[in-house]
Amino acid sequence: MAKVFIYPINSLILADLVERFGHKPLTMMSQIRGKVTSLSLDSPPINITPEDPKLGLKYAAIEVPAGVRGRMSLIGPLIEQTEAAIIVENPPTDFGCVGCNRTNELTKYLVRSKGVPVLEVKYPESDEEARDFVNEIVAFLESLPKEKPEDEKVEEKESAEKEDKK
Amino acid sequence: MNLSNVKSPEAKERRKMTETKKEEITKYIVISSDKVLPSDAAMKIYESEFPVTVKETCFGLIVSGAKDDVETLVEKIRQLDKNHIFVKDRGFPPGDERRCRASRGGGPRPGFHFLREEVEMLPAIGAALDELEEKECLMEKSKTKCRLKTSDLEKVIEEELAR
Repeated sequence: MAKVFIYPINSLILADLVERFGHKPLTMMSQIRGKVTSLSLDSPPINITPEDPKLGLKYAAIEVPAGVRGRMSLIGPLIEQTEAAIIVENPPTDFGCVGCNRTNELTKYLVRSKGVPVLEVKYPESDEEARDFVNEIVAFLESLPKEKPEDEKVEEKESAEKEDKK
Repeated sequence: MNLSNVKSPEAKERRKMTETKKEEITKYIVISSDKVLPSDAAMKIYESEFPVTVKETCFGLIVSGAKDDVETLVEKIRQLDKNHIFVKDRGFPPGDERRCRASRGGGPRPGFHFLREEVEMLPAIGAALDELEEKECLMEKSKTKCRLKTSDLEKVIEEELAR
């Protein structure tokens, strides 16, 4: 099971296809959930705190707007985990948490420069394009390894042994 | 100090509360099917008697609860019409004041516009998944080997002898 980064990062279609074909989608929703449901000093917990733009400094320079750095504090950790990526070009709408074009450009640049397998497809506008879109994504997902890499298995075993000892 | 080592009943209770809070997840079930309506899916969930919160919406359902329960339920609902029911995670729990329209003075909630755009594309995606499934079935059928029937063998022999 590979961790697949998707762009747009809150896409229903991509998240569903990745999960349907046995991989784990890396989405903004899981990051947001971690923020808004964990207990914190803020009541109710807020999704972006003043600390986040500081964390975003790892991915963007200080002169970059705080909004970009705040978003990168959520997207950046996902990019670090990425083992493969699907990037959809020209999605018709980028609303909500993915509404910032500068963040999107930086995100795509970081993913492409990471050196993981990347599939770039165009957002479908007709039934035929949708068929090609699905076929390309399915072929890409099937080419990814289903099993976890050996290193990870060894690490997991070691951590389990440590927990048992505790 | 490691809080997991604290053994007072109050601390245990607090730890239990935080643990259950962590495991709670919310999922969108988006239904783009001719056979299944959101109300049918909701009834299926009520019948299953899992302790989850269900909210029926115009595009499908929002299901929230313990991770294992939600994942099992979502898989059951998906099987009602596999290629036309789509699922994605949601960060905020249903009815959360920071997102719910009731407490924000109406209007679509943030994130709804993109979902609506994608929902329009779902029938085409579902049809493409149907086609893909059909192709796979045909491939599997052609791959399966079956024993040669005696009647077919007789025909082959007769054809060979007739030459």
